[in-house]
Amino acid sequence: MLTIENLQVSVEKKQILKGLSLAVQAGEVHAIMGPNGSGKSTLANVLAGREGYEVTSGIIKYDDQDIFDLAPEERARKGIFLAFQYPVEIPGVNNIYLLKAAVNAVRVHRGEPELDAVDFLKIVREKMQLVKMDESLLNRSVNEGFSGGEKKRNEIFQMAVLEPRLAILDETDSGLDIDALKIVAEGVNTLRNENRAIVLVTHYQRLLEYIVPDQVHVLSDGRIIKSGDRGLAIELEEKGYDWIKQEARAA
Amino acid sequence: MSEAAVSHYLTEFDRFKNNRLSDWLPKQRADALEYLQSNGFPTRKREKWKYTDVSPITRRKFTLGPATPEAVDGGFIDTLRFSGLDCHDLVFINGGFSENLSRAGNLPDEVTARSLASVKSENPALPERFLTGPGEEIDHAFTALNIVFLNDGALIHIPDGTQVPAPIHVIYATDKNTESIMSHPRNLIVLGRQARATIIETYAGGEDTEYFTNSRTQILCQDSAQLDYYKIQQEGHRAFHIGNTKIRQQRNSRIDCHSLSLGGSLARSDIDVELDEPGAEINLNGLYLANNRQHIDNHTLIEHKQPHTVSNEHYRGVMGGRARAVFNGKVIVHEQAQKTQAHQSNANLLLSGNAEVDTKPELEIYADDVKCSHGATVGRLDENMLFYLRTRALDKDTAKSLLIYAFADEVIRNIKLPELRKRLEYNVVGELPDTDLIKGFMK
Ligand SMILES: Nc1ncnc2c1ncn2[C@@H]1O[C@H](COP(=O)(O)OP(=O)(O)OP(=O)(O)O)[C@@H](O)[C@H]1O
Ligand SMILES: [Mg+2]
Repeated sequence: MLTIENLQVSVEKKQILKGLSLAVQAGEVHAIMGPNGSGKSTLANVLAGREGYEVTSGIIKYDDQDIFDLAPEERARKGIFLAFQYPVEIPGVNNIYLLKAAVNAVRVHRGEPELDAVDFLKIVREKMQLVKMDESLLNRSVNEGFSGGEKKRNEIFQMAVLEPRLAILDETDSGLDIDALKIVAEGVNTLRNENRAIVLVTHYQRLLEYIVPDQVHVLSDGRIIKSGDRGLAIELEEKGYDWIKQEARAA
Repeated sequence: MSEAAVSHYLTEFDRFKNNRLSDWLPKQRADALEYLQSNGFPTRKREKWKYTDVSPITRRKFTLGPATPEAVDGGFIDTLRFSGLDCHDLVFINGGFSENLSRAGNLPDEVTARSLASVKSENPALPERFLTGPGEEIDHAFTALNIVFLNDGALIHIPDGTQVPAPIHVIYATDKNTESIMSHPRNLIVLGRQARATIIETYAGGEDTEYFTNSRTQILCQDSAQLDYYKIQQEGHRAFHIGNTKIRQQRNSRIDCHSLSLGGSLARSDIDVELDEPGAEINLNGLYLANNRQHIDNHTLIEHKQPHTVSNEHYRGVMGGRARAVFNGKVIVHEQAQKTQAHQSNANLLLSGNAEVDTKPELEIYADDVKCSHGATVGRLDENMLFYLRTRALDKDTAKSLLIYAFADEVIRNIKLPELRKRLEYNVVGELPDTDLIKGFMK
């Protein structure tokens, strides 16, 4: 579903991704771990189509289509969803109206009729229960004054309503209490099926207890330097990143 | 240039003398003419006009238009009314009152809300008391011109203790079919003790004609009166608008004022407020939207003259294209005005590299026990917000418009009357690109 080959990306003349390759098949969950500043969020942003990144070489294919020329909204309509590491507060823009606009933009793109208020609310209620989201958050401005955990939960709630085909979750588990972590995991697991792929960026193997990934990758200094199964995540938690970095340098 | 303009207006005054009520208030008119001749029009050398060059107005030769309601089609006026709201509409065409287009609302008998000229013909003492009293100082050539050509306007008097449920809507529309018309509307608004009212002024005209509106409003709120006052400037895009509102407030009176500047190629709105007695409070909200080559200037002056007076001022502006906006907000806290609270803020959003704003909050405090604050910001659309919205499948233009709308709505959402709020939201949204989707976001 997602193929990245030798991706090199610079921001303001500084190279951040230095030849990154990754292949994610439909039905799979991949976890990406790695030290601070290694380029995880950069990768997530580039996948979602953020401007301001200079892609100097490489390919990104989604469903066998090169997506470089697609605007963020076109990617979103094709089913790519990014849950932000730092969801932005947008004063004055109503949370639930935004979600409705998003759902309908995706539906129109697919040639489906727009949802009316009743059908939309039905879905909203259902998904709200799934992620145990507080109803009072619906009618507030997007993320404005939300606690850290509420922001993350709102991202997962949006994901649950939008049902993307490729979900990229950038540290959605950071800042969550244990109960919230389980709920987020449940949200992701509910979404998991043979037609979807999920990329989880995380610092903690704990999340992977609840969402068991097919593969775990270590992203360090702009490259994937090691891949493995969930065991790799446990090993990382015990030993840190230095040994892998050394291994990679030696190779 | 200025001399040529002055002589043009003197000639116009001779024409005016032949057929209108020009013999009323001869001294005031003579003084105003005298002012005009000796001072001319303000230039950018004058501090208050530093950022606004009025020569596009003085270069043109505007003339008084025929006060014929036929000149404006009723359908256009209907678009300016607030449907679904029982209003008392006073409609003026080219500055002259139109009986036919006006609509009486449900007003208590003791309330006067009529054409100034018609009140004058029956009982000149009432308007004269205000037209010869304080608040009638000539600040510059435009206020002088308004007196020189004083002809009609709205006279609204709400007696002591009277509450007026229906909003009074004063509509000034300029003829769409004739070029170069000028009008000099004049409003006198008096709220007696404990009176309450909602008063709306709307200024509009043809989109494709050049015309000039030079309005002046005087407001007096007596003890404990409460007024919701709206000025909606939505002139056509080739129009010129100079407007001046002078407000005086007595003990414990309260005014919620909303000033919206949406139209005009060159528009200036001044609001001067005197909080003359303890407990007087004003909340001043403003919104200006400027695009293309529009120039929109807002000047406010709030004088705290007595203790325990309160002002909260919040103006926002959105500028695109090559537009230019000016905000100048001056607050003076006089020496005896202890326990004053004065808060002012001005936020600006620039949508293009060629748009500009000059913002200048000015605080002069001569009392020591006061709570005052002010701040001004100038920013651009937030890239992080834009990206977030786009990842949620909103196209770029919609995302931008939504953020602009959200920014402007900070001012509009304070409007109490839902019908009014909704209409103004639509007016604002109407100025934005690709806005169909946004309508789903409006309450
Ligand atoms: N707009 C930018 N301008 C300059 N440098 C940037 C920009 N965006 C990212 N970087 C730099 O790129 C590097 C990678 O950042 P990125 O946010 O991708 O790291 P990360 O792996 O997500 O880190 P963390 O685990 O802390 O979230 C960092 O050194 C960061 O400072
Ligand atoms: Mg990151």
